[in-house]
Amino acid sequence: MEGFLAATVIASMPLLLATIGEIITEKAGLLNLGVEGLMLMGAIMGFVVGFETGNPWLGILGAILAGAAGSLIFAFLTVTLRANQVVTGLTLTIFGTGFASFMGKSYVGLVVPQEIKDFFAKVHFPLLGDIPFIGPVFFRQDVFAYFGYVLVAVTAIYFYRTRQGLNLKAVGESAASADASGINVTLYKYVHTCVGGALCGLGGAYMSLVMMSVWVENVVAGRGWIAVALVIFASWNPIKAFIGAFLFGGLSILGFRLQSMGIHISQYWVDMLPYAATIVIIILSSRKNKKENQPPEDLGNAYFREER
Amino acid sequence: MEPVKAIEMKGICKAFGSVMANEDVDLTVYNGEVHALLGENGAGKSTLVNILSGIYRQDRGTVSVYGKEVNFTSPKDSIEMGIGMIHQHFKLVDVMTARQNIALGKGKGLFMKNKQLTREIRAISDQYWLDVDPDKKVYNMSVGEKQTLEIIKVLYRGAKILVLDEPTAVLTPQEIRRLFKIIRSMRDNGCAVVIITHKLGEVMEISDRITVLRKGRSVGTVKTSEVQVPTLIEMMVGKKVDLAIKKEKTEKEKETLLEVDNLYVTSSDQKSSLSGISFSLHAGEILGVAGVAGSGQKELCETIAGLTRAEKGRIFFEGENIIGKTPRDIIRLGIRMGFIPEDRLGMGLVGAMDIVHNLILKDYQNQPGIFLKRAACEAKAKSIVEKLDIQTPGVHYPIKKLSGGNIQKVLLGREIDSDPKVLITAYPARGLDIGASYKIYDLLNEQKKKGVGILFVGEDLDVLMDLCDRIMVLCMGRITGIVDPDEVTKEQIGLLMTGGKEGLAHDQI
Repeated sequence: MEGFLAATVIASMPLLLATIGEIITEKAGLLNLGVEGLMLMGAIMGFVVGFETGNPWLGILGAILAGAAGSLIFAFLTVTLRANQVVTGLTLTIFGTGFASFMGKSYVGLVVPQEIKDFFAKVHFPLLGDIPFIGPVFFRQDVFAYFGYVLVAVTAIYFYRTRQGLNLKAVGESAASADASGINVTLYKYVHTCVGGALCGLGGAYMSLVMMSVWVENVVAGRGWIAVALVIFASWNPIKAFIGAFLFGGLSILGFRLQSMGIHISQYWVDMLPYAATIVIIILSSRKNKKENQPPEDLGNAYFREER
Repeated sequence: MEPVKAIEMKGICKAFGSVMANEDVDLTVYNGEVHALLGENGAGKSTLVNILSGIYRQDRGTVSVYGKEVNFTSPKDSIEMGIGMIHQHFKLVDVMTARQNIALGKGKGLFMKNKQLTREIRAISDQYWLDVDPDKKVYNMSVGEKQTLEIIKVLYRGAKILVLDEPTAVLTPQEIRRLFKIIRSMRDNGCAVVIITHKLGEVMEISDRITVLRKGRSVGTVKTSEVQVPTLIEMMVGKKVDLAIKKEKTEKEKETLLEVDNLYVTSSDQKSSLSGISFSLHAGEILGVAGVAGSGQKELCETIAGLTRAEKGRIFFEGENIIGKTPRDIIRLGIRMGFIPEDRLGMGLVGAMDIVHNLILKDYQNQPGIFLKRAACEAKAKSIVEKLDIQTPGVHYPIKKLSGGNIQKVLLGREIDSDPKVLITAYPARGLDIGASYKIYDLLNEQKKKGVGILFVGEDLDVLMDLCDRIMVLCMGRITGIVDPDEVTKEQIGLLMTGGKEGLAHDQI
């Protein structure tokens, strides 16, 4: 059981990073459906840079920059040019998928260098790692997982305790009100979209550099879409996003476990689980009607000050 | 000593596309005065103050604040100069508390200092007699509370010049009186206050000076103490207008047309669900419906028209229960509804179609065969255009390109043209200028004389009191009173709108 849960943490990390990234983006009122594309861009750039330099830090940086650059395009199109967010996001996904296949053509089947594997090896966290059950599950993981925990905490504090977090919420809820209160709406939208995109890119890099350690075509495999659904499941709350990512991470590796336990269910059914669960969750969560759990009110709307 | 000029706007021009919203407008406001900006809809009042608040940028002209010429590029610049704008549609974030809304975009440091903030809010509240619960969520607030919050918000930002855009449009008379008290206390504290409104009574009551705008141009500035209402109207409209609504007493036998009996309707919004509504509507009378917006007016109209299902209760039309009938059956019986929603076009008319086709929409079912008889409708359209004096290039012109007033005339004209027995009309004069409003009231009076029973849902209490034979007051989906406008005051109706009978009884003691 401990082994399964520890593996779940690994499987949930890319989902968690992408979900938090999308939450940050949506809090600024931008519905970026390009998560899948951004993750793939991060996955390939992280892999290419990591592979060529052998430096894990540069690999991570590459992934972050790729995600941020992709979402910068999105921000420019939707915030400055006020293009339709849904269409732009879908286009970004198509672009990111193509970008990753193109860049990754000559890397298919190549394995990440040993230095990077070492860097992402499991670290036994002092003290916390010794707690029975909790320790082996959560605190004998790689550095990425620890970053994930910190990210959840930092994001939650940022959203609920800081001035900028409050301003961000206002931008997403009512851009006109935020503007009238003297908040620089455009700046907030740009910054948070880019940070969100960078996290998506990082989630992708986790897939290629750590989970797979080898470049395969379409390494993200729909996780970007699950992340978009998890945002709704989490009702834009980073802590709930952690729980959601953990659940879905578990579902995605359930198949291997069942097989190794000698239980035979068709692989296709098991593979379907996370996606079917996504649909169920969307239906369930759309029934919640508490005001605080609703999407940011201005989500998906372009803001134009002089509009009458 | 010459008073300090708080604001001086000179030669302001602003165009939206080909429409000149402001053309050479001048406005000077002194410290310690309440300055009213008066004008009809589309006169350019909101545009002017939006330039002052940094939302719009003027094409030409200068703005000076405290004698210093300024060039606002965003609302932030305007706030920093001490200008506090209270918009017509509140700029508040619904899911946040009052305190969070006040703190938005303000203050330094990373973390929120809630305790200190609460203290500062209290200090401002005490100074100006304002009252707001810092921890209350905006979506739980009444319109009056939201407005108070907006005022505190701009004061917290250090506003010395307060600009209010149509602040009284959504308030009850009690709330208006409170607002005026606040405005006076601000003026006495040395602030400058600019208030936009088209209600003349309020202008005369609250302002020290008045600037009148007409069609984007400034007509002139006058001292309130030296001017009479008819003069102001002439300045606003450009010609003399007779502003008396004639209430004609119909002496006919009061035959009951419509009887609503213990009606219950559930709505998604708890506040506007109807519970236990009973009243009757007679031939040849105008029954007014008053109430704060969203008190169940829409639900009531839609249920009578057959668009919303009643949960319980009966509605009799000439003795026949019409609950459960389809909207088409109800229309055939002679009940017609004209509902003007806030966006004016949302209900009843199709904007992209011309007048003729909009007439056919409700008429085609009475025609035999599968082809539409357009010639007859065209003639009808022409007669409506003529009778109601609708300004349009022709009956084949898409109606969404007409002005709001003309669209509303088309809607009302279509319903009247069908010779209804009961006419339900909600906010028929919403957003209309004075001339057009009175044209609409005249039309309603004409119908009343013909023996039509009219249910008139209105928002302006003055109009309701002048026009209606009886006024039914709704509050949270209940009837809190059906009163004779000649026997009650506006304040008493206001109390019914917010509370209940206790208020009325208390006031009469």
